Amino acid sequence: MEKKPFWTLQRKQAAVAYLFLLIPLIFFLAIRIYPALDAFKTSFQVKGSQPFYYHYQAMLSDKVFSKALINTILYVVITVPLQMLIGLGLALLIQSLNKGRGIYRFIYFIPYVTSAVAVSWIWRWMYFKDLGVFNEILKFFGIPAQPFLTHPSQALISIAAVIIWQAVGFNMLIFLAGLEAIPKLYYEASAIDGANRRRTFFHITLPLLNPTIVFLAVTGVINSLQTFTQVLNMAGAQGGPLNSTKSLVVYIYNKAFLNFNMPYGAAMTVVLFLLILMITIIQIKFLSRSYEHS
Amino acid sequence: MFKRKWAIWMALIALIGTLLLSGCSSKNSSGEDGDGQVTIRYWQYDYASRVNAMNELIKKFEAENPDIKVIHETFPYEQYQQKVAAAMQDKKNQPEIINMYMGWEPKFIDQGFLQPIPDELMTAEEIESHFVPMIKDYQFDGKYYALPIAVRTLAFFWNKDLFAEAGLDPEKPPQTWDEVLAVAKQLTKYDASGTLQQSGYGWNVTGQDYHLFMQVLLRQWGGQPFSDDNRKVTMNSEAGYEAFKWWMEMNTVHKVGKEDFLGTYDKAFLAGKTAMITDGSFRLGGLKDATFNWGVTELPTKTIGGEKHTFGSFFANGITANVSGKKLEASIRFLKFLISDDTMRFWLENVGEIPASNTLANDPALQNDPKYGAFIRGLSYAHATFFADEAGERDAFKLGTDEVVINGADYKAALDQIVESIQQIRDEYFSNH
Repeated sequence: MEKKPFWTLQRKQAAVAYLFLLIPLIFFLAIRIYPALDAFKTSFQVKGSQPFYYHYQAMLSDKVFSKALINTILYVVITVPLQMLIGLGLALLIQSLNKGRGIYRFIYFIPYVTSAVAVSWIWRWMYFKDLGVFNEILKFFGIPAQPFLTHPSQALISIAAVIIWQAVGFNMLIFLAGLEAIPKLYYEASAIDGANRRRTFFHITLPLLNPTIVFLAVTGVINSLQTFTQVLNMAGAQGGPLNSTKSLVVYIYNKAFLNFNMPYGAAMTVVLFLLILMITIIQIKFLSRSYEHS
Repeated sequence: MFKRKWAIWMALIALIGTLLLSGCSSKNSSGEDGDGQVTIRYWQYDYASRVNAMNELIKKFEAENPDIKVIHETFPYEQYQQKVAAAMQDKKNQPEIINMYMGWEPKFIDQGFLQPIPDELMTAEEIESHFVPMIKDYQFDGKYYALPIAVRTLAFFWNKDLFAEAGLDPEKPPQTWDEVLAVAKQLTKYDASGTLQQSGYGWNVTGQDYHLFMQVLLRQWGGQPFSDDNRKVTMNSEAGYEAFKWWMEMNTVHKVGKEDFLGTYDKAFLAGKTAMITDGSFRLGGLKDATFNWGVTELPTKTIGGEKHTFGSFFANGITANVSGKKLEASIRFLKFLISDDTMRFWLENVGEIPASNTLANDPALQNDPKYGAFIRGLSYAHATFFADEAGERDAFKLGTDEVVINGADYKAALDQIVESIQQIRDEYFSNH
């Protein structure tokens, strides 16, 4: 029997596919993977007689690092649930409309596509303790002026509010898509069975929205663990006042680019990466549930 | 079976690809041109008036020195230091002369980016006699690594219209700090709900008042910020506590000003909402568009006829570490041109920064200039602060003042905390020197 040639049609087609994939792959490896490995290497750069794990050790006794870590966790815990809840609420309301869905979708989505830097600065002005818009409005109602960004007790929440305001639009849009994907069939069936609105929501809508919830929760957490732009533009690189708004990435930026301590910044970046990885894996494991469409 | 073999091949090619990419960096340029012309590169950060002025100066220099070509490259401020750091690691494409803020000199020298100013250009003694006194604050083991074309000093600005409105003589700014406080109290307005509407004095920590406290108030009260060798932080002497308390009380007790009023102290002044500020000669450009009448005078003293002090700062030009031979010779000639009195006059007219040489600083015409006079007269008593880590030291200072303003901490404890933090930074820097 004749031996088959090596270059069968199937193999030729596969080779062409791999070749085309190779170019973006090399690009990706060079732009993403190589710098990450380099940062990992930099985190072990030490001077003189210091042990190779010097920077990791320094992190443990660095009070500012602990504060930045706590602040970052606060940003996640405050912004992600709230932006999802409000986003879901808006999606449910918009879905129940017969007319004007497009307009409301547009209005609530605009903040998400606006420059985060521009938004941060405008809100910063609105938050001014004296002559800022918010305090002028409060004054009108006889409420005393609030310090907002100038006091540790309110600064972080003030910044979190801006982050939520921008993210709500995106959450709403994704939830709308998720709601549309639920077959009307189920709603009709539950209506026939006599379920009220609450039961319908908790036993049909919410479980079937699970993939959407997982997606928004995971991406929301990954993003908010890296909070940077809003803090930098509203509180400065010091993450003030008194380090109350300093997030991990702001602290890394501070140390690496303003104090020129690149190895320490790199070490913190590695820790942040491991943190994000760990939290993401846990989230996916615990949140993902598949529901039988029976 | 077939899939696995191909996967292994692809992984191998990808790995080799990455290695190749990391290996191939920038081009190889030898530098010296064939026809006897030497090319040198000058780097500074992107600031319109300085860039335009430098382009003009380079044209003039190249006309007078046809055998030298100067390539002028600039980068945005936020990236400038990283660009320098990256270029100096590269060993190829290094600039010959770089411009830098004085506060970056310690870092740059530590990293081995600069060489000392060669004696053929100027010896240390010549530098000290030619340039204004503040240059002496940035020497390293008696050597100088960068020379300025121009410097900046702090002076006192006041809003003449707000003075007149309150019934004060708009042509008579306060002479002592007690007078400043008295006038500030008259010019500070709060509305019924406690909102600050007008600030008497633009008190701040993130602006120039940080330097005002360290180099002016502290000294006028009888103390000094650091020991002469810059190793010890001496702000918390008895005089230091008093000066710190006096200055902080402008905010906490007398409430004539605060950080964050309308964003920053200079914006509030430009908006006509703050009556008096301490600011640098760099503010003059922005004030051209002011909608009110303003004046500038030398900084107040503690008592009438008391000691005058001000804070000075500068951007300077240094030669990078690996320059030698013909390029070094060319760099020396270009640097000599840059620090000449002619260049300094040109710079004053086109960039608005005041000259760095003693001859010009003592020129009576310049000293009596209505705009620049106060700044130029300050040159003879200006101190430039030696920063071991400029950003870190300022952060430490702000943390301390925030403790007082926000948490009501005791002044002495706060100042002690500031001194301790900055001392740590300096100890770390000097442990390697």
